[in-house]
Amino acid sequence: MLVWSRSGRLVIWVIFALIFGVLFLAPLAVILLSSLADQWNGVLPNGLTIEHYGDVARGAAWNAVKASLVTGFAASALALVSGAWAALSLRLQGPALQRLLGLLFFIPSAVPSVSVGLGLLVAFSHPPLLLNGTIAIVMIAHFVLISAFTFGNVSAGLARLSPDFEQVASSLGARPAYRLWHVTLPLLAPYLVAAFGLSFALSMGELGATVMVYPPGWVTLPVSIFSLTDRGDIFAGAALTMILVAATLVLLLGLERITKRATGA
Amino acid sequence: MSAAAFTGPSVVDIDAAKVRGAGSNVHFDKVSVAYGTHVVLHPLTLDIAPGEILAMIGPSGSGKTTALRAVAGFVRPASGRIRIGATDVTDLPPYERGLGMVVQNYALFPHMRVEDNVAFGLRAQGADKALIGERVKDALATVGMATFARRYPRELSGGQQQRVAIARALAVRPRVLLLDEPLSALDAQIRRNMVEEIARLHRSLPGLTILYVTHDQTEALTLADKIAIMRDGRVCSHGPTAELYRRPPNRFTAEFLGRANLLPVTVAEAAGSKGFATATHGDAVLTGAGRGEKAGDKSLLCIRPQHLSLTADNEHTNRIVGTLREVHWQGELTHLVLDVDGTPVRVSATKLPVALPEPGTKVPLFFAPADTSLLPEDAGV
Repeated sequence: MLVWSRSGRLVIWVIFALIFGVLFLAPLAVILLSSLADQWNGVLPNGLTIEHYGDVARGAAWNAVKASLVTGFAASALALVSGAWAALSLRLQGPALQRLLGLLFFIPSAVPSVSVGLGLLVAFSHPPLLLNGTIAIVMIAHFVLISAFTFGNVSAGLARLSPDFEQVASSLGARPAYRLWHVTLPLLAPYLVAAFGLSFALSMGELGATVMVYPPGWVTLPVSIFSLTDRGDIFAGAALTMILVAATLVLLLGLERITKRATGA
Repeated sequence: MSAAAFTGPSVVDIDAAKVRGAGSNVHFDKVSVAYGTHVVLHPLTLDIAPGEILAMIGPSGSGKTTALRAVAGFVRPASGRIRIGATDVTDLPPYERGLGMVVQNYALFPHMRVEDNVAFGLRAQGADKALIGERVKDALATVGMATFARRYPRELSGGQQQRVAIARALAVRPRVLLLDEPLSALDAQIRRNMVEEIARLHRSLPGLTILYVTHDQTEALTLADKIAIMRDGRVCSHGPTAELYRRPPNRFTAEFLGRANLLPVTVAEAAGSKGFATATHGDAVLTGAGRGEKAGDKSLLCIRPQHLSLTADNEHTNRIVGTLREVHWQGELTHLVLDVDGTPVRVSATKLPVALPEPGTKVPLFFAPADTSLLPEDAGV
């Protein structure tokens, strides 16, 4: 414990509560209240209603949830496979090549997502790579933006994995594929799940690139929220945001439970 | 199946080799290992006989683990060949060498139960279910862990985990068992017990060839039939354990294995028919087991700390005098450090005179000629 005195600890707690409350809770609370507000003219809503949830449910909300979940799942799965593959392969290379390729993998995450969307739009608008107006280009945009995070997570997991596990497995007669499937991947499972969870959460909230490339009929939640709020329908936008938060949370909690069961943690 | 026919790790083949029957020898033929231009193992030629325990000991960075990893296939020799039995394994991948390996941190697979850990090698090699069940049962019984089969590694103590790691390595019936500092992570008491257990295990599996890498000389002395002492990537001595301890061939071996005292002497009279030479250290005329020294040779007289006594008797006929510098009481043993003409001399005694001399006083030390050996002064490998 860094602070021993009772009053000192109290001060620390108050500072923490203020920062946490103002920066994290307040925006979420405002969105929650907005999604339930009948009207909001003063400090607090004039009345509460669940009508906005009904409205968005009757509208395109379900399709937006489906588009976001499918995009999130597909892009995250693809990013997980390629990120894990890249991390596993780079481990076998020399340190210089490892550093260089590792750096290249992270470049898309340093570029504004709107630029990534624009780049994809330009690159995939001409034959033979004509993907403009397809769902695939949305998936690719999400994949490009999140793959660095899966690569980073899996690389971190591999760095922490003692080589003894794989070496002992080899010495016992396990061929590389058997070793990968039965030893390396299970040991990396927490990192893989964390990578998937992070990628999925990032994908669920992705707007900048998606808004540049999404085709009609594949409107994701963030794009729907943006459209609603842009039209001034703040309360419906807030309701849709809460649905996005709930969907993401449910999935992440589910993933956590699966990991705990799988690893016996 | 004969050792000569061994080509890979097939369970059936390894089963036929039988740990209890003929183990395989391991032969290093001028094996060297280098990382870039840095040579970590200079050309090493060494043979481990079937059923033998060879302990490789030496300080950190001496090349002992590199030698073991070369046998396992995790380090590719820069030159030389490695043979297990009649098979040249130098170019074989680790999973085709038919070995068992136990490492310092156990490396039990945390997501598998004990029984699945032990069954791992057999499953990887495609053994049938009945054989796996039988082998797992046998291996766990051998290390006294049969009742822990359903546990996860995290539910076991360090000693139990190490037993499971040994069972896992034994279950594949390896031709050679590689033990890489297997007890280093255990506390002193458990380590002592485990050393005894490994000795017991080898008595029950006499055909099992073991390469045991450790920095702990007690483990090596207790377990090994032969010891190879490594230093700076080279074997500086190799031989039967007792012989190496009693007659160390060089200064490093004498000091590393049992922290021997080395007293500089001049040979006065070469060894006679009984093998004892006479040598002088200052005014003292001493008798020690010789190894072909000639009169006038500069030599070192090797005396173990526990062979020095503060009291004379019929056997302890050699006498030197030193100045007492330090006394360290450690319960069952008392360690004394004396200065004998500028040479520090350590004494380990279980019995001491009731009135121990004060530091700074002159103390006579006695030792038996049979407990000494002469070694060349310039053999400080």
